[in-house]
Amino acid sequence: MSARRLEPAVIAGVMSREAANFRTYWKGTTFSSVLEPIVYLLAFGVGVGSTLVKGVGSLSYVQFVGTGMVATAVIFSSALPAMFGTFVKERFQNTYDAILAAPVDVEELVTAEMLWIGIRAGFYGCFPLLVAMGFGLDPSFGMLLVPIFAFVTALAFAAFGIAVAASVQKIDQFNYVTTLFVTPLFLVAGTFFPIDRLPQGLRVAANFNPLYQLVELVRAAAFGFEATDLIRFAGLLAFAIVLWRIAVRRMTSRLID
Amino acid sequence: MTILPEPAPPLAAISVRGAIKRFGPITAVDGLDLEVPEGICLGLLGPNGAGKSTTMRLLTGQAIADAGEIHVFEHVLPGDSKAARAQMGVVPQLDNLDVDVTVEDNLAIFARLYRVPSVRDAVERGLALARLTDRRRDAVNELSGGMRRRLLLARGLINKPRLLLLDEPTVGLDPQIRTELWTLIDGLRTEGTTILMSTHYIEEAERLADEVAVMARGKVIARGRPSELIAEHAGRETAEVYGPPDRLAEVRALAESEGLVVRPAGPAIAIVGCEASANGVIPDDAIRRAATLEDVFVRLTGEEAE
Repeated sequence: MSARRLEPAVIAGVMSREAANFRTYWKGTTFSSVLEPIVYLLAFGVGVGSTLVKGVGSLSYVQFVGTGMVATAVIFSSALPAMFGTFVKERFQNTYDAILAAPVDVEELVTAEMLWIGIRAGFYGCFPLLVAMGFGLDPSFGMLLVPIFAFVTALAFAAFGIAVAASVQKIDQFNYVTTLFVTPLFLVAGTFFPIDRLPQGLRVAANFNPLYQLVELVRAAAFGFEATDLIRFAGLLAFAIVLWRIAVRRMTSRLID
Repeated sequence: MTILPEPAPPLAAISVRGAIKRFGPITAVDGLDLEVPEGICLGLLGPNGAGKSTTMRLLTGQAIADAGEIHVFEHVLPGDSKAARAQMGVVPQLDNLDVDVTVEDNLAIFARLYRVPSVRDAVERGLALARLTDRRRDAVNELSGGMRRRLLLARGLINKPRLLLLDEPTVGLDPQIRTELWTLIDGLRTEGTTILMSTHYIEEAERLADEVAVMARGKVIARGRPSELIAEHAGRETAEVYGPPDRLAEVRALAESEGLVVRPAGPAIAIVGCEASANGVIPDDAIRRAATLEDVFVRLTGEEAE
């Protein structure tokens, strides 16, 4: 009898391992997830907003940065934990050796890791929005969809991080990835300045930045949706699925001799 | 007259035929044939680099053979390796427990991965086996080395496996903890669990294994019960000769000229199968002792035993 692919019970089992570990370090993660947006909003929203920039379009600068920072929280709580966590579990803790000796396939392992990071980042990704409310952002019903947008984007960046971790030989090679990919993606996402004022080439490039699409979706959730937002969401979903398959392939080649 | 069909041979727990596994220019497993009937403990004895750990990884589907056939019970690997793993337990050479997580959570996670019907019962059973019931809520990094090893064994048994793979189960442990683990493993063997145990400790193989397969350069070069292997490859007696290096070299040369196998044994040399020697080859002050599996191991692999 062949075991079926992607058994939910197995995926839940792998996620339960993450949850058990998370119980040992959740306080630090929560602390930084709350404090970081406060610091950013004080520095950018209040500091820059009251001295250099009054607002962007119809939004105050605090509203602009507060909604944009969801994307920053998502990439930093998905891509980086996926990169470092996967590498450490694979190379130093031999965790994946233990899991794959049980009836678990690489595909299930990667899927579970992505889902766990997606859920976590979907949750923590909302913190900047909550903090921004403390700085005067009005709540709206559309914001209830933000965890879903953050979750899907985090899935993609978790898969990206896993694929990167399965491709590097040394942990310091992550420096290239953060400098060349992560930092530019989060800076040119429309978080701190509007994309439409950039030169045309950069403006077109920014449209291919999934974080920019997330920023636009979050702002739409806060200030009103448009039809194009469905396309943005479908694009993020497709991006997550493509990166999921790449991550599974990279991890299979890394973990199975 | 009714002709009754011949009874089917008992199903082997493991059947490996002609398995080859290469890592670039290195052939780790080189035409391995290995049959492990149900209910026995087979010791896979071999020096470092003999291919023992790669063999274990082939059996769990964590390595894919370049050639050959591998069956675990009725499952054909690697295609059906997930179903095969559901019937196996694995105790790895390296401690890969979740160190920040509690003892009981470490067991519960694996109970879920194996989809055991009652996670709670499995955890209680594991705690009792590892004798860690009173430490259940402690993080693993608060346990001693021996406790961690017992927990690792209990984790490998969480699904009551039909087949247990033990990869160097006591490597790096002090003698007291090693003996403690041997008692646990011996208990499993008595209960009928099929065990494949790789080791490079001779004493471990002698103490636990019903049969021993000696591996070298990626294949099994000898197999049998320890007593059979000793009789076949080391004869009845071994003579140990002590003395200064010049004298040992002289005795060695003489013994080898008579066709005897001589190996270093710490500060001495050991002349294997010395009962077959002609008069005068074995010095009068040599210490004669019964041949051991260590003599077989060194003779067959050319490596010093531990």
